[in-house]
Parts: sequence; structure tokens; C-alpha cells
Amino acid sequence: MPEPHDPAEGAIAGTGAGGAMDLAASEATTLAPGEPGGPGGTGAGAPARSLWSDAWRDLRRNPVFIVSGLIILFLVLISLWPSAIASGDPLDCDLANAQKGSSPGHPFGFDGQGCDVYTRTVYGARASVTVGVCATLGVALLGSVLGGLAGFFGGAWDAILSRITDVFFAIPVVLGGLVLLSVVTSNTVWPVIGFMVLLGWPQISRIARGSVITAKQNDYVQAARALGASNSRMLLRHIAPNAVAPVIVVATIALGTYIALEATLSYLGVGLKPPTVSWGIDISAASQYIRNAPHMLLWPAGALAITVLAFIMLGDAVRDALDPKLR
Amino acid sequence: MGRYVIRRLLQMIPVFFGATLLIFLMVNVMGDPIAGLCGDRKCDPATAAQLKKEFGLDKPVWQQYATYMGNVFTGDFGTAFNGQKVTELMSTAFPVTIRLTLVAIVFEIVIGITLGVVTGLRRGKPIDTVVLLLTLIVISVPTFVTGLLLQLLLGVEWGVIKPSVSSEATVDELIVPGLVLASVSLAYVTRLTRTSIAENRRADYVRTAVAKGLPRRRVITRHLLRNSLIPVVTFIGTDVGALMGGAIVTERIFNIHGVGFQLYQGILRQSTQTVVGFVTVLVLVFLAANLIVDLLYAVLDPRIRYA
Amino acid sequence: MRGATQAKWAACAVAVALAATACGGGGGGGGGDGSGIVGSSWGDPQNPLEPANTNEVQGGKVLDMLVRGLKRYDPKTGEAKDMIAESIDTKDSQNFTVKIKDGWKFSNGEAVTAKSFVDAWNYGAHLKNNQKNAYFFGYIEGYDKVHPEKGDASAETLSGLKVVDEKTFTVKLTQKFSTWPDTLGYPAYAPLPKAFFDNHDAWLSKPIGNGPYTVKSYQKGSKMELRKWDGYSGDDKAQNGGVDLKVYTDNNTAYTDLMAGNLDLVDDVPASQLKNVKSDLGDRYINTPAGIIQTLAFPFYDKKWDKAGSEKVRQGLSRAINREQITDTIFQKTRTPAKDWTSPVLGKDGGYSDSVCGDWCEYDADEAKKLVEEGGGIPGGTLKISYNADTGSHKEWVDAVCNSINKALGKSNACVGNPIGTFADFRSRASQQKLDGAWRAGWQMDYPLIQNFLEPNYYTDASSNDGKYSDKEFDKLINEANGETDTAKAVTKFQDAEKILAKDMPAIPLWYQNGSAGYSDRVSDVSLNQFSVPVYEAIKVN
Repeated sequence: MPEPHDPAEGAIAGTGAGGAMDLAASEATTLAPGEPGGPGGTGAGAPARSLWSDAWRDLRRNPVFIVSGLIILFLVLISLWPSAIASGDPLDCDLANAQKGSSPGHPFGFDGQGCDVYTRTVYGARASVTVGVCATLGVALLGSVLGGLAGFFGGAWDAILSRITDVFFAIPVVLGGLVLLSVVTSNTVWPVIGFMVLLGWPQISRIARGSVITAKQNDYVQAARALGASNSRMLLRHIAPNAVAPVIVVATIALGTYIALEATLSYLGVGLKPPTVSWGIDISAASQYIRNAPHMLLWPAGALAITVLAFIMLGDAVRDALDPKLR
Repeated sequence: MGRYVIRRLLQMIPVFFGATLLIFLMVNVMGDPIAGLCGDRKCDPATAAQLKKEFGLDKPVWQQYATYMGNVFTGDFGTAFNGQKVTELMSTAFPVTIRLTLVAIVFEIVIGITLGVVTGLRRGKPIDTVVLLLTLIVISVPTFVTGLLLQLLLGVEWGVIKPSVSSEATVDELIVPGLVLASVSLAYVTRLTRTSIAENRRADYVRTAVAKGLPRRRVITRHLLRNSLIPVVTFIGTDVGALMGGAIVTERIFNIHGVGFQLYQGILRQSTQTVVGFVTVLVLVFLAANLIVDLLYAVLDPRIRYA
Repeated sequence: MRGATQAKWAACAVAVALAATACGGGGGGGGGDGSGIVGSSWGDPQNPLEPANTNEVQGGKVLDMLVRGLKRYDPKTGEAKDMIAESIDTKDSQNFTVKIKDGWKFSNGEAVTAKSFVDAWNYGAHLKNNQKNAYFFGYIEGYDKVHPEKGDASAETLSGLKVVDEKTFTVKLTQKFSTWPDTLGYPAYAPLPKAFFDNHDAWLSKPIGNGPYTVKSYQKGSKMELRKWDGYSGDDKAQNGGVDLKVYTDNNTAYTDLMAGNLDLVDDVPASQLKNVKSDLGDRYINTPAGIIQTLAFPFYDKKWDKAGSEKVRQGLSRAINREQITDTIFQKTRTPAKDWTSPVLGKDGGYSDSVCGDWCEYDADEAKKLVEEGGGIPGGTLKISYNADTGSHKEWVDAVCNSINKALGKSNACVGNPIGTFADFRSRASQQKLDGAWRAGWQMDYPLIQNFLEPNYYTDASSNDGKYSDKEFDKLINEANGETDTAKAVTKFQDAEKILAKDMPAIPLWYQNGSAGYSDRVSDVSLNQFSVPVYEAIKVN
């Protein structure tokens, strides 16, 4: 019998190296299955389908889920078709209007360059949502593959992968962003996303590893192994469906923090670059004018906060639905 | 226990070297730092070559790393481009940041846990909803916005605090910056404690304690809190490293001359020696904090035994 | 019970901390007796504080308080006046005899002698000492031996420098340079005491000079306390008890501190706060011309920008920039729209002219569009303007320039800002010709001469000619001007050379930068010199 899930590693699953992006992981520790001595894994004998359909039934009735889901749907729609609700051009700016308050046709007023704040706030959704979604997908994919492999194969694989995870975890996130992104000249969203994936994956990797180890010990997995199922079949058919829940929860919460992180990077001068329009760029520009023209800060920051809030609440709701202990 | 500590210490060695190598490579990717030293004018080639030689920048990266690490083990962390010894910078920066981190952690513990216990015990009540909403707002507003707002309101408009911290950085000056630094973690501690308390409230041992007729206060502090704090302690312990390295934004806003400030300066000047030196120490702090947390784990939960 | 104990301890800590706040508070000493201390904003110097190694304002500030050279630029007029120099004589504009005044001392008691200068200059010039301003000594004979372009130095000292006696030394230049004595106010030419050479590390951690202040303490990267030196030999004695320089990474914080009464002087008011200055400070705000010009430089190493007709594109772009509006709105008149490639602080006699650029510097959207089209359009369709994003709030004006160009040309992607993370990286790309499109080029004069604005920036292969602009006629006129012994004639020649710039437009002049500073009501008599450095010794503490 291999050494059971190492409690120390379980503890580290909640560690963060810096920045807000790791924090979500800690909350998930309460849900990380297989806490030593605690009640066994998520649903020892229950088939995978019932966990998901139970969760879905729960979610459909949860007002928090409905509200946050609608907000997110709205955000996705305006990131795809911003011109549907904003007729102006976010790059059409006239210095003569700089810092003016709201006026007919320009409900949110103008920023320091004389750009229409409403148009820029609407168009800013695209970059922020793209960064959040792509970074989360990348982190989730890379993290669960590496973490899953480490947990499934154990032994030397685990030792090596876990140490590599620690290495990336030990680099403070904001610091890494400053160093890596300060050399970037591309004005697309990809370098920022790449950086988030590079320093964000260990968070998911640890959680995936922990839940794969737990799932591996379930009776039906042992049975499949005894029946001679191949490694890939066991991983994909039996283990992955049971181990993926904690990853989804943490990833949803992390999505919000990535969007906030983009703003922080912009504040430090290494975030997205023009002509990309993003909330982060506008918030950091407006933070200079906080005394004279607070409206410049209010709208993009408000939009950002609502978006982050929506994703965190969605993650909360999903966790509640997926965690049988709270039912 | 002893064997466990030794195994963990051994595991730290590759992580330490890996992390320092990683940051070393990252800073090297930033390119040629010399050009920035000559202002808006091109460095004359002879001086530039001489400077590169002096800072070892003419060697291949792996050799630079080996030399650097060799020096670090003799206590020599190198010299920044403006001739200041990195150890000298550390000796002024770390005490400031440690004070700031302590203030932040005190906030996390006192406010975070208190709010968490209150909401956990009153799940679903109005106070729970209000606090939960507040934590969400704190989490979703970027720290630099919170920091700038507090600085403007408390420091300038109302004159309650000094808007920036003096170079002595006494504890009283660090209260507001510490609160800003702690804010997001604080919200997480609250939520974490709340979930944990709510979960354990229904545990058998709590029911037993109540059934035995123990006073409510004793049940909460002795039984409920002690067990519920395990994930919280984990979080706070590992947050130490994050707070120290993540204070770049807070230290910038409040002009605190700590680790984040020196790192920021070092990155802007592309001073490998400063950045790698400070990160090396931060990595050590991070590893040590992780180990201590895992050991604390066993103290708080007697069911866990390390082999 | 460990958890509870911990919580109790934490509560105590907070109580103590809160109590401390209640008791805390601050404020420096004062009094109108000239002993008050001025608190001033500062930035961490980029290089070690050696005179020949300091090439930016923050280190320059300290040196301006600590050292005095042969000459000093008058803080008001910018005229190079004798300080330690008794006389600097020449017959042929190539061999100079320098005599220094009696009675000057360093703050450690050493006398300032001819040797103090010669040793300091030899130190500054020598390759092994890595002095970034070594090129200042490039005109002195023997420089190629102590600072060869390749390989090791073959001499220890400059052969053109000779100590004659205690108070006299001679200088031989490699070429005629009539205005050479006027360059000697630059801090790189300051004398150094023996202590500098005997214990270099000690000097660096607590510099010793011959200026009106001495260093009381220096916390590296954080703070420097300078105090009035009573034994100072010059007439510009400090009118205050001392200056505390405090490092800020963000000039917004410094300004915030000034308003909260935490600081007395901020010499770099952030652009975003300029709108509040009147209401915050009233008349405790100064805005004076300084010898700084901002331009947009272009890559002549790129064929697309160096072909027939591309000067029309540059002229068109220049006419597409609404300088008046940008200097008014973004800079609140702390910049003045540029009319030439020098600076008004030179004065008409010094070579400044408000007509060299002429129409090319006037905003006219229609003309701009026409010119750009005549020139074949912007290469690649989009003009990228590169700048460093870490310091100097360049983003605001680059965005505004781009918006102005886009509006004038009627295309929303004609121009886009290209922020580069760090100044070091920006300079590295610029000096290695790796930038495509235009970039911000700022020039702060080293000394108030028209030569200093033109030669380093536009002469073939000159030190700051990052765009590799080259024009034979321009080079010829500069050479002639440098050889001219009569100052007025030299200036006319330089101005002739400048006319070529108007024709080719190798860089678009944007605006002249003013020095701006705000100060608290604790201090008075605050002014900035032409290098936009506060004249600290004149400040009075009320």
C-alpha cells in the first residue's frame, strides 16, 4: 500500500506565493477531498453522473448562480459585440473634452485624453474577459494535466513534478509579472495571458494532484485496475470525472482574480498596451486623476469589480453545489 | 517528526536552486541593463564594455548564475549599479517589510478570524450576508485602487494619517498600509473561518461537548475554534511569503522603503544583483513558512502524525 | 489554547499600535534663524555619487549642494561665472591656463589645490574607473590613451593636464574650442579631495566636498541628510540649516506628502496634479523655463524613413500635432510649444530663435494631411511612438500626440503609443537602433550653449544621435562653428546648421520643458536653476 495522501502536501495545496491569484486555492482546501482522518472522498460509491446532475439541480435553484450567470452572459455578449450598446469609437478622443463630466450622449463623461468613458468601458470588457477566460483555461489545462500525472503515477514522477511546482510557486506573482512583461513590446493580450499561465498553473496543479490521489483510492478505480484497465482508460473514464470538481471551483474563482491582476499590472506599467482598450489601462490612467475627475475611475473600476464579483460568486455557487458536505 | 523535518529540508534544496535560477533567467531576459545608466545618451563603448566586465555580464548566463550562487553562500550578495551593497539595502529594507507584514498579519488574525467566527456562528443571518458581501467587494476591487482611495481620504482630505511613511517606518505609520496590504487576505481569512466554523459546528465532538453541558463560550473557544482554525493557520502562514513579496504595490503607494520598493527599483534598473538577492531571501522565507505551517498542523490537529 | 493565546497577543499588539498613533505625530524643527531644515523629494541616484559618474538630475541635486567647480552657472541667468577659478586664460582657444582662488577648502579641512582638479579629472577620464561622463574630458589631449575605444588604457593620466604650482594648472585641448571654459560649470569638472582616493568606499557612503553643505547621514536608497557647512568658502552660503532628501518612487506620493505638510519641496509636480496646483498651493508654485527640449526622433537607419520625400511625412506629422492644446491641457502650461531645436534659456544671443521651425511647428490639420500624402504616407501605415513607461509620465502626452495625429489625418490607427517597460530597456533599444517608428527623445542641456543642443543629437555618429541622422552640410557648419573664436560668429554658424534641421526634420520639436516645483508655507525664496534643480542654498525656512 503506498503512503496515503501526505498531509503536508495537502497543507501546501493552500499556499500562495503572492498576489491575489493564489488565494482562491486556500478556500478550496476545505473542499479538497481526502483530508486526513476526515470522511473519505467525495462520493465513494456514487456514480459520477449523479454528482453533476445533483449539482446542476442545485445551481438552477440558486439565485446567486442565476444572477452571476446572467452578468457573465451579458459581459460575454458585449465583449463579442460591443457596438451593440456603444455607438462611438473608443479611440476617437478630443483633448478639448478632457476630464469633462457627463453630458448628453456621453453619460459617463470624458477621460484625461478626452475619450468617451462610456464607450471605453463597454469596449474594455473584451480585453478583460479575454484575459480572464484564456488565462483560466490555460492554467486549468496545464495545471490539471501536470498535477493529474503527478498524482496518478506517484513515485519519482510525483517527486519531480511537485518540486517543479514548488519552484514556480515560490516566485511572487506581481514581481514575476514586472520582470517578464517589462520586456514585452507586443500590444496584444497574449503575453499577459502567457505570463499568468506560466506563474498560475501550480495553484491548480496541487489541487488536481490531491484530488487524483484521493480518487485513485476509490474502490471502483481499484476494481478497474484489477480488471486490467489501461492507465489512460482509468485516468479518463474513472479518475478525471471525480477529480475535476475542485479544479473547476478554484478556476472559476481564479478567473476573477486574473482580471483584477491585469489591472494591477497596468498600474505598474507592464499590463496591456494601447491601442488595446482595457479596464486595467483606464483604471491606472484614472488613478492619477483621482482627485480631479473621480468619474474617470469610477466606471471602469466599477465594471471591473462587478465582473470579478460575478465570477467569484459563480465559483462560490458551484462549490456549494459540488460539495456534498454542505448539502 | 525529526525524520519528516529532515526530508522536508532536503526537498527544499532543489526548490531553492530552481527558484533562484528561474528568477535569474527571468531578469536576464530583460536584456542589457547598461544602456539605462548613461541617461538619454549612448554609453561610450569602452565604458560599457568595462562595466559589463565588472558586473560579469560578459559571461554566459549559467556561469553568471554559478558565480552568483557561490558568492551568496559566502554572504556576498553583490552590488547594485549605483554602488550600493545589496546586503546593505537588505539590512534597511527587510526590517521595514517585516514590520509591515506583521501589522498585516495582526489585522488578518484579529479582524479576519473575529468576523469569520461571528458569521460562521450566524450563518444566513443579516450580519452574515453583510460581511460576506463586504468581503466580496474587498476582493473584487484591485488593491491599488483601495490604497489610493484610503491615502486620498485619510491622508489628504481628512488628515487622519500621513499620506506616506517616513524612512523610519514606525509601526503606527504602517497601520493603514498594513490594512491595505492585508485587505484581500483578510477577506479570504473571514470566508475561510466562516466556512470552517459552519462545517465543524455540526461535527459530533461539538454536539457531544454541548450535550455534556459545557458553557457555550468554552465550546466555541476550546473545541470549535481550535479545529476550525487549521485551514486558517495554513493560509496565514503561507501568506507571509506572499505578503512580503507582494507588497510592491502597497509600498509604492505609501512610499515605504521596504523589500517591494527595492525590488521595484531593482527591476526598473534591471539590476540582477538586487532582484535576485531579494528574491533569494524571499524564497527562503516562503520555504520556511511552509515548513512551519505544516508542523503547526500537527500541533493543532493531534490526529495528524508525521513519519 | 494556543489559538486563543495568539489572538490575545495580537489584540494587544493592535492596542499598542493604536496608542502609538494617538501619541505619534511629527514635524521638523523650524525658526527664522537660518537653522531650519528643508524636507525635499528625491529619487535614488542611478549611479554612484562620483562627480564624473553622475548624469541625471537626482544625483546632480546632491552634487550641486556638495561640490563647487571652477565655474558655476548663475541660477538665474545661466551665465557661467567664476567660482573657484581666479582666471582661465587662453591665446589660441586650445591651450588654457587655469588659476584658482585662495582659501578654498574641502569640508574635511584639506585645501583645494590645482592638484585636486587635475587628479579628479584624471580619475574621471580613466577607463578603469567606469565614469559615465568620461567623454567630457574627450577634448583634453591624451584622452585616447587613458580611454581608448578598444582594449586597455596605455597611460595613467591625461597628457594635456599639467600642474604648474599649488594654484595653477594648464590644459591642452586636441582642437580649438573657444567656449570650452563655459562648459566647466558641469559637476563632472569638480575637484576631489585626497580622501576620495585614499578611502573610496568611505567617500561613497559619506561624500566629502567643498560645497555649502556636508553630508550628515546617508541611508542608501532611502534618505540623505545634508547640513549647512559653516566653513564654506564661497559667497553662496546656505540660508537654511540643512536639507533632508527623501526618496520617492512615485511623484504623486511626493506631491500628496507636500499637501499633507509632510514635505517642504517637490521639484517634480506630476502632470495629473497640475490642475490642482493653484487651489492646493496658491502662489507657492513655480514654473520656470529650463534647458530641456522634448522631441520625437526618427530612425534614419531604416530606409523607409530615409528616402526622398520622407521629410515631408515628418513635416506633415509635425503639423498634425496640436502643441498648444497638449501643453495647455495635459501639461497645464508647464511646457511651451517648441519653435526650434534648442531652448529659450539660451536667450537670443545664445542662439535661441523662435522662427527656425516656423510653419512646420504650427498645427494645421489640412496641411498635415496633404504633406503626409505627398511624402508617400506613413511607412507601414501606422506610426509607433516608443517611450519608457516607468518614469516621467510620458504616457499622457504620447497618447495625446497620437490622438492629435489620428484626428488630423482622419485615421484612428495612424499613430499608436508603444510603452517600453523600463528606461534601461528603452535606452538599450534606442542606442542599438532597434526601435522602429519614432521615439521620445528628451535633451537636458549639460551647459547652456547652443552647441550642446545640436552637436550631440544631430552630428554624424554623435553620442545621442540614436536615429543615425547624417548630413554633410550640417557637420561642416558645426565644425566651423566650433573653430570660431568669436562667440557671436560661432552662434550664427550654429544657427545656420540648425536651419538644415528645419529642412530635413530629423526630429520633430515638441515643446520646451519648464522646471516646476511646489513648496510648503514653511519655506520661502524657492527657485529652480536652468537645469530644473532647486537652488537649495537660497531657500529660507520661516
